[in-house]
Amino acid sequence: MAAPTMDRSAAAAPASPVQTLTISKALNLGLRAAMEANPKVIMMGEDIGKLGGVFRITDGLQKDFGEQRVLDTPLAESGIIGTAVGLAIRGYRPVCEIQFDGFIFPGFDQIVSQVAKLHYRTQGKIKMPIVIRVPFGGGIGAVEHHSESPESYFAHTAGLKVVSCSNPSDAYWMIQQAIDCDDPVLFFEPKRRYYEKGEVDTTAQPGKLFESRVLRPGTDATLVAYGPMVRTSLDAANAAAEDGTSLEVIDLRTLSPLDLAPVFESVRRTGRLVVVSEAPSESSIASEIAAKVQQECFYSLQAPVLRVTGFDTPYPPSKLEEEFLPDLDRVLHAVDRSLAW
Amino acid sequence: MSSPEQWTHPEPDAAPAATAAKPTAEQVIAGLRATDEGGADLVQLLTPEGERVSHPDFDIDITAEELRGLYRDMVLIRRVDREANALQRKGQLGIWVPLLGQEAAQIGAGRAMRETDMAFPSYREHGIAWTRGIKPTDLLGIFRGTDMGSWDPVEKRFHPYTIVIGNQVLNAAGYAMGQKFDGKVGDDEGEATMCFFGDGATSQGDVHEGFVWAAVYDAPLVFFCQNNQWAISEPTERQSRLPLYQRARGYGFPGIRVDGNDVLATLAVTKWALDECRHGNGPILIEAFTYRMDAHTTSDDPSRYRLSDELEMWKLKDPIERVKVYLVRQQWADSEFFEGVEAEADALGEELREFCTNMPDPPAERIFSNVYAEGNPNLEAQRDEFLDYVSGFAGGEH
Repeated sequence: MAAPTMDRSAAAAPASPVQTLTISKALNLGLRAAMEANPKVIMMGEDIGKLGGVFRITDGLQKDFGEQRVLDTPLAESGIIGTAVGLAIRGYRPVCEIQFDGFIFPGFDQIVSQVAKLHYRTQGKIKMPIVIRVPFGGGIGAVEHHSESPESYFAHTAGLKVVSCSNPSDAYWMIQQAIDCDDPVLFFEPKRRYYEKGEVDTTAQPGKLFESRVLRPGTDATLVAYGPMVRTSLDAANAAAEDGTSLEVIDLRTLSPLDLAPVFESVRRTGRLVVVSEAPSESSIASEIAAKVQQECFYSLQAPVLRVTGFDTPYPPSKLEEEFLPDLDRVLHAVDRSLAW
Repeated sequence: MSSPEQWTHPEPDAAPAATAAKPTAEQVIAGLRATDEGGADLVQLLTPEGERVSHPDFDIDITAEELRGLYRDMVLIRRVDREANALQRKGQLGIWVPLLGQEAAQIGAGRAMRETDMAFPSYREHGIAWTRGIKPTDLLGIFRGTDMGSWDPVEKRFHPYTIVIGNQVLNAAGYAMGQKFDGKVGDDEGEATMCFFGDGATSQGDVHEGFVWAAVYDAPLVFFCQNNQWAISEPTERQSRLPLYQRARGYGFPGIRVDGNDVLATLAVTKWALDECRHGNGPILIEAFTYRMDAHTTSDDPSRYRLSDELEMWKLKDPIERVKVYLVRQQWADSEFFEGVEAEADALGEELREFCTNMPDPPAERIFSNVYAEGNPNLEAQRDEFLDYVSGFAGGEH
């Protein structure tokens, strides 16, 4: 195949390094930057080429980088992940798109049995620099299997790293950092927030990938969230502030390894913690945070750690998802319970 | 249906079909018996009686020295296999996966590969490992429980054993795609990949997907299916309605059935297939028609599901004996050669026993090592806490 010709005009640098972008566009630019920086970075997935992905995250990349670097793959998720393993052994850095969260399970075997374990099995002789991008979570009125939050399965699996972005700037930088990482990274994208806008400074020095971040300081209670629930938590903190309650909001960003030092520091000040997540609560990221916080902050806690999550059910029909998903009111209700303990 | 015990110990007045050496078609279809009939498409160059026969599409010029080499390979790897099996019985290995009966399939395929080719094995590929220059002692850790394969898969171009059935087929397809993307396909200097799996694996979705991927990306990949007739207790009839090599047609690439007990035919067909792949005409499926002469693993008891006379039937097709007969008949080898190979096998067996019984257990730190390439502070804290706890027992103070 002939070498792909780069259409530089499509990637023209903006006049100012600070742009207002959607999460979707920030991801697109981040992927483009990663492909420009390293010819071994390739994209694999269903409908990611000509169509640009069902969410257009890979829009224009195949046109500019060619069909050998942006692969419209056959329709089988185990095949996407399993061939990415072989390409990674060959020296490539595959970025796999799973079209929707609920479709990752055919690839689960390859992720857990090969992607996660090959470095361990070979004692470092084989690395697995694979990124698996997963649009996740509900709130878009979709049919079954399109609104799930399967992140805990992967955080539970040794050998994988799991992150989730919540805003355009993080989307732009975290996707590039995930691609640079020599470990496999599950990259969970908050699909219902894809079109939310924010400022992205493409010349800034980004923070580290596997670090949590305090987005809003507060004194009365701590909210911890990731992905789509960060926006919900920030909205809740704004609403609480109107009533005179000061909530600290922490964006977890990394789900494995968990970076809970900022959470411990916060809880030691506020004495109260509410964890917010769309995923069902049992044996979840939220459970793990609750366990670790009670272990590390036992004498600082003024109330039990509370979780505001999706219910322990399959994702419901979409007409019920507003009831299923944590929202501002449920978060504030939990904050009230914590404060009244 | 009669119980498995009755099959292995037939009553004197049992129906003739149950005790005959040849299974009936009904028994084969019912999954009671494996067949030894390779069919009209079976590629064979050396008959079980050691007669050299020709084939219109696949022939091979083989020198006396080359054939002596193949014989030596097969004898030595069989000795490795028998020694390791015995080491398991003595408690030195937790489990062993015997290759007995599949020596020709593996040595023929392995010796067809070039150093620049890549191989993705399943877990019974000790003969392939041998041809890739892996020391047999390097295989033992997997089965003793001291490691998960100690060779360097990049340097040896031999992937770690894959235990989840069929996973490696997709990994091999991806690797072969990479060879193509790297521009390493298209002429006689091209690279190719071989992927090894069994008859049972052909039912796995990953194998199907591997066929699809390799086909649509024109990957230089030889799918090498060792049909040893049994997936633990299930005969090939539980996996497929039609001969496995015929499946290739549905994916749009050639499928060849070769006598897997014939090292010459296996070598010839695999060389051809690899050359096709390195020139850009891949993928290709080879079904090596063979027989698992021993148990699935040392934990298995084949007497519960197959007749011992089936084994007798296949003993007549032994992969090593036919080469020996041919070498003698051609006067390509004398007793000195055969005795030399035996002596070499004895020495190899001794080395294996010596090595195995002296393998140290890995240190406790190994539990935590290399889980990640770039580390994980939480895991490191867990490790330190555990090692600190363990060190409290040092010196017998507790």
